[in-house]
Amino acid sequence: MIYEGKQKIWSDYQKDIPDDHYFYVRSCIRQSFFPASEATFLDITRNRLGKDIFETEHHTTCGGIAYHSDTIPQETVMTIIARQFALMAKNGYENYVCSCITSFGLYCETMETWREFPELEAKIRENLWKSCKLEFVKPKFLIHASDLIYKYRNQIAAQAVRKLVNVHTGEPLKVVEHIGCHYSKMFPSKGVGGAEYPYVLVGMIEAWGGEIVDYPERRHCCGFGFRQYFIKGNRGYSLSNTHKKFESMEPFKPDLIITNCPGCPYFLDRWQYVIAESTGKTYGQDGHGIPALTYEEVAGLVMGYDPWDLGLQTHQVGVEPLLDKMGVEYDPAKKYLGKGGKDLGMPFPCSCLK
Amino acid sequence: MGKLYDLLMKDYRLKEGLNACINCGTCTAICPAAEFYRYDPRRIVDIVQSQDEEEIEKLLKSDTIWYCGECMSCVTRCPRKNAAGLIIMSLRNLSIELGYFIESEKGRQQFLLTKDLCSNVLDYGYCVYPRRFDYEGHPEAGRVWEWEEKHLDDVFERLGGNLDGKGPGAMRRIPQEDLDQLKSIFDITGATARMEKVQAAGEKKAAELGMTMEEFIQMVYTTSDPKHLNH
Repeated sequence: MIYEGKQKIWSDYQKDIPDDHYFYVRSCIRQSFFPASEATFLDITRNRLGKDIFETEHHTTCGGIAYHSDTIPQETVMTIIARQFALMAKNGYENYVCSCITSFGLYCETMETWREFPELEAKIRENLWKSCKLEFVKPKFLIHASDLIYKYRNQIAAQAVRKLVNVHTGEPLKVVEHIGCHYSKMFPSKGVGGAEYPYVLVGMIEAWGGEIVDYPERRHCCGFGFRQYFIKGNRGYSLSNTHKKFESMEPFKPDLIITNCPGCPYFLDRWQYVIAESTGKTYGQDGHGIPALTYEEVAGLVMGYDPWDLGLQTHQVGVEPLLDKMGVEYDPAKKYLGKGGKDLGMPFPCSCLK
Repeated sequence: MGKLYDLLMKDYRLKEGLNACINCGTCTAICPAAEFYRYDPRRIVDIVQSQDEEEIEKLLKSDTIWYCGECMSCVTRCPRKNAAGLIIMSLRNLSIELGYFIESEKGRQQFLLTKDLCSNVLDYGYCVYPRRFDYEGHPEAGRVWEWEEKHLDDVFERLGGNLDGKGPGAMRRIPQEDLDQLKSIFDITGATARMEKVQAAGEKKAAELGMTMEEFIQMVYTTSDPKHLNH
């Protein structure tokens, strides 16, 4: 990677990220598969950094997955989004932070379409009143949750108990950053660092001591593809795209993948399991996979959270080699315990993937 | 200007997505779907731009428009600021509106997608709901999900979630008043009518094929003809 060139690109794509006071909206996929990541986001921002991040139980899905699976009309998803924005204003906020990348891209697209076609905005305003009796309003600042952790990356580094460094060699960990497609591919100016070389995760890796892996398929989609995953007969699409990425990154021997999208850490984790179990191929060292973590999970490790509190036991790729490299202390016996030490058994072992 | 093209042009996504395509093929070169399927977004944009009614109708009834994963990688790279992904979305929308989607294997999948995703939104307020994401239907979710599925309430409690609980938190029970508002939005904006249309088209197709609805759903969920693939 030619670093100077990237710095020029990054300087062209900066965005305003207010320091505090946000209305927080969750992600359907992250709530389902990474609930601890959202809990960690709120704990870091509220309790470690003292920020005001408000959540109401009344917010819902933005409808993004249904929309990108072509099951609901554009007007429907826009009215659901208008309802979310109205809840923000009703609770006294003007800064909106969302956990989901699909949502973030859709909010950007919606706001841009409203700007370009005022008659459509007027229609949505009317729909919102008819359906929910809520006043139409738009956020002053629209931010993805990874933007906020990027903003706080140095404050997090200041509270860090360890770095993204191999404690046995002293070398920085090699980190692949994978950005969700809808973060900035549609609207490069809305993402920190643009679309070709987004800086949002790179900034975190740099601040926390890791080394970025630049590999040919860095910007390739993880392969979610909405309908291409939900329908069983289509899943080869999803698997093939993940496979392409792993074949491309393999020669660089990454220690870790960090992601900012709900689906990507799931697919980059689970398709490694499928590839290993069906072909015997693994991409980590000695039969292990490469852990694919959320940015909150990585921030949590750096800040000294217990890996099982972060939910790392819910990844199919074992995280222990990474924990050992980072010098994280953990109790293997507690990995699959429930709250209060409740015995929940453990997953059936994989036949190939360690 | 033909009728189908006129209908397409009513879609804001087409207005936004189609400027002046120069047929360079950059969208196809960058497209994840074009690697996997016999798919060429350049050709689709060209057909729409040509306003050829016959060719547009063929597209609307074809498998081709259902190959895209809507990742929008094409948008970043197009030198003329077209958005092939948005054009695809408007074609899919029209294909559903006209009932053409049911003619192709890939289009027919809308029956199941609409049924499942819209039910999740209306019943729970989420597009994805973990109690409806079963290991049996998703074996690639791994042995760890098989374990989670067996202990879902305990795993959510351990990880700071609020599965089906009151108040805020991950996977909370969204209050009925909010679900009622979602239903009202669906009714007013055409989503309910679309669900009914897609449901009726699926039932009619199942009857034509001499299948029960269970057999039809199973076929739609699992079938993929190798003719779609690049290799």
